[in-house]
Amino acid sequence: MKSKSCSSAGSADQSSIKAGLSTTLKAGAQIIVDTLIEQGVDTMFGYLGGVVLPLFDRLYDAPINFINPRHEQGGCHMADAYARASGKVGVVVATSGPGACNLVTGLATAMMDSVPVVAITGQVRTELIGNDAFQEADITGITRPITKYNCIVKDVEDLARTVREAFYIASTGRPGPVLVDVPVDIEVARCKTDGPVEMKLPGYRVRTKGNARQISMVAKEINKAQQPVLYVGGGVIIANASEELRAVAEKAHLPVTTTLLGLGSYDQSRPESLDMLGMHGAAYANYAVQECDLLIAVGARFDDRVTGKLKAFAPNAKIIHIDIDPSSISKNVRVDIPVVGDAKIILAALVKEVEYHERKRWFKKIAEWKNKFPFSYDRDSTTIKPQYVVEEICRLTEGRAIITTGVGQNQMWAAQFYRFSRPRQLISSGGLGTMGYGLPAAIGAQVAKPEALVIDIDGDHSFNMTMTELRTAVENKLPIKVCILNNGYMGMVRQWQELFYNKRYSKSYLSNPDYAAVAEALGAVGITVDKKGDVPKGIKKMLGVARPCVVDFRIEREENVWPMVPAGKSLNEMDGLDILESMA
Amino acid sequence: MKHIISALVENKPGVLAHVAGMFAARAFNIDSLVVGRTEDPELSRMTIVVIGDDRVVEQVRKQLAKVVPVVKVQDFAGQPVVARDLMLIAVSATPEKRPEVLSMVEMFKAKVVDIGQKLLMVEVSGPERKIEAFIDACRPYGIKSVARTGTIAMPRQVKTDSRPLITDNR
Ligand SMILES: Cc1ncc(C[n+]2csc(CCOP(=O)(O)OP(=O)(O)O)c2C)c(N)n1
Ligand SMILES: [Mg+2]
Repeated sequence: MKSKSCSSAGSADQSSIKAGLSTTLKAGAQIIVDTLIEQGVDTMFGYLGGVVLPLFDRLYDAPINFINPRHEQGGCHMADAYARASGKVGVVVATSGPGACNLVTGLATAMMDSVPVVAITGQVRTELIGNDAFQEADITGITRPITKYNCIVKDVEDLARTVREAFYIASTGRPGPVLVDVPVDIEVARCKTDGPVEMKLPGYRVRTKGNARQISMVAKEINKAQQPVLYVGGGVIIANASEELRAVAEKAHLPVTTTLLGLGSYDQSRPESLDMLGMHGAAYANYAVQECDLLIAVGARFDDRVTGKLKAFAPNAKIIHIDIDPSSISKNVRVDIPVVGDAKIILAALVKEVEYHERKRWFKKIAEWKNKFPFSYDRDSTTIKPQYVVEEICRLTEGRAIITTGVGQNQMWAAQFYRFSRPRQLISSGGLGTMGYGLPAAIGAQVAKPEALVIDIDGDHSFNMTMTELRTAVENKLPIKVCILNNGYMGMVRQWQELFYNKRYSKSYLSNPDYAAVAEALGAVGITVDKKGDVPKGIKKMLGVARPCVVDFRIEREENVWPMVPAGKSLNEMDGLDILESMA
Repeated sequence: MKHIISALVENKPGVLAHVAGMFAARAFNIDSLVVGRTEDPELSRMTIVVIGDDRVVEQVRKQLAKVVPVVKVQDFAGQPVVARDLMLIAVSATPEKRPEVLSMVEMFKAKVVDIGQKLLMVEVSGPERKIEAFIDACRPYGIKSVARTGTIAMPRQVKTDSRPLITDNR
């Protein structure tokens, strides 16, 4: 140990009495709780276990709203969605070994989508580390590639500073999850704590301002572009830059398409909105990107689900990339003008230099695509079409709900047919595509926004993965709603099998329980809707109950998501356009 | 192309794992990696030789700078630098062959550091090419074992327009 002011648990009391320091010595567990409170934490998620008992003892009377999930993965998704919905840091605690390992999927999900989460894990006693002790797992080793940063605390003197640094790293720059591993002996060791401890991060610097000369170059390019497109990602939502984005798009008159995670950054009811682009994006967004002469990417990262075949992506465009993460720039696509910094600051600077241009021909072309290939489906079908369910949810909630999703077709239909008008309104696992995210995410979002209507539009198999968390919602009186688009299949997988594996539906079907009965058994309200005519009634009934509620919509079983850019094809090579056109 | 990248990192546990893990996770190829202390007890220097085109190496540099405990990253490509490797090599040198081996040691400005009945241990330092050449020269006599460091490097103190690509996080 570095300092004399620290001592192990056993000897702490004796030595402190001798030194007369008992009032100024604080146990590690208390330091953690105090630092959390200092960081503004009023809500956290977590699960118990042997080595976190000292910490939980200190949480017993702490002024923190504590939510116990049924599984640490759920807890981590809750913390993640809490962060996405509120803009604050989400906090999750787990015990060593199995508890910590159960965070892995949640941390990877948060990492891929740049979500500020601080995970605190218990660890076996320092002297046992490396001995295959009971419930020991090298969690810093395991989570190193799926966290923005992680570390183990080996000296109680470093604890306050490390927790403080964790919040700072998680929430600044390009946010991400940070894990702090705390051996149980550090939780009980005491040390002197007088005054705040300075952070020590010589290797961590965030560039926010953006280079003025580059911003002027961007403005010049925008002002002379004939066919520009703004391509907006989740970074704009993270940066709280929606207002600035709207100002730029309006002033310079630019069409705006967003990624899945960017939905909500730009009001979809505005005329410049091109909705979502990418593999299952709008045909008009994909065409516009392929034909644009200037692509302005803001807080987006040219993911392969967005670009399709890279070599053929936006072939005629100059590319501008505004992003806070320098390593995002020119990673996948050669960028002509990069601007590194905070989207809010950069867009605010940019708006002063851009001019209005009508770009009549360009907007006319876009309008034609919009008319010809809108998102559509067979409205006359006698079966329940999933798109119809989402449209009805949107209509009956007046587009105001916070929507979370599972992964698969349900997620794409939610993105295509709900209309998002404000940031932090869609909460979905984009980068990792984590099935089972929807329900715990709804819980996390509801905790963050108690007054909001939170609806999880889920897939049956996604729901299967984490449905145990329904009880968490019931217990905490969180009136979340779940709409299961139940096709009985791993629908997205089935769609690929239909299209690329000769309809050989290998293992993509599992038998499902009666979800309404499951909901009731867990203490929620359960509703089944199996007739098209009952869809609005079912949704209204759901919206009328003040408790958690699950609606099981028995949808058309083999409905597909269109359009679709098959893997390896360029964005303008979409399948299903004939279907969209015929239904338009 | 080979790039020598020099990174100042915080001298604390786990840093090597963070850096090596990043290289593995991003499928970058490391030719060699050397870590050692510096004049500042809080900092270590990693010298990493990577092979890749400019685009890959640009990513390496940026991803390295992004690792939280990495303080400063320099790419020496296209720069006048002094780059050195160190090797210990055990060569068979029976009494009748010994003079030949010793004259070779002399030619390479190497140093005999241990003598056994049938083996000589030689210390060689210099540019990587020289090390390779010495190994080739030893082959006919029989090499018992080789221990090598990777490359360490430092830019030369000449005035030049082309400065190394530096990301300094401080
Ligand atoms: C944890 C996890 N496992 C596997 C997958 C691969 N996967 C992607 S979509 C999908 C099927 C999803 O089925 P369901 O939740 O019923 O949604 P649907 O596509 O039918 O709407 C699967 C298995 C995944 N994304 N996440
Ligand atoms: Mg399904």
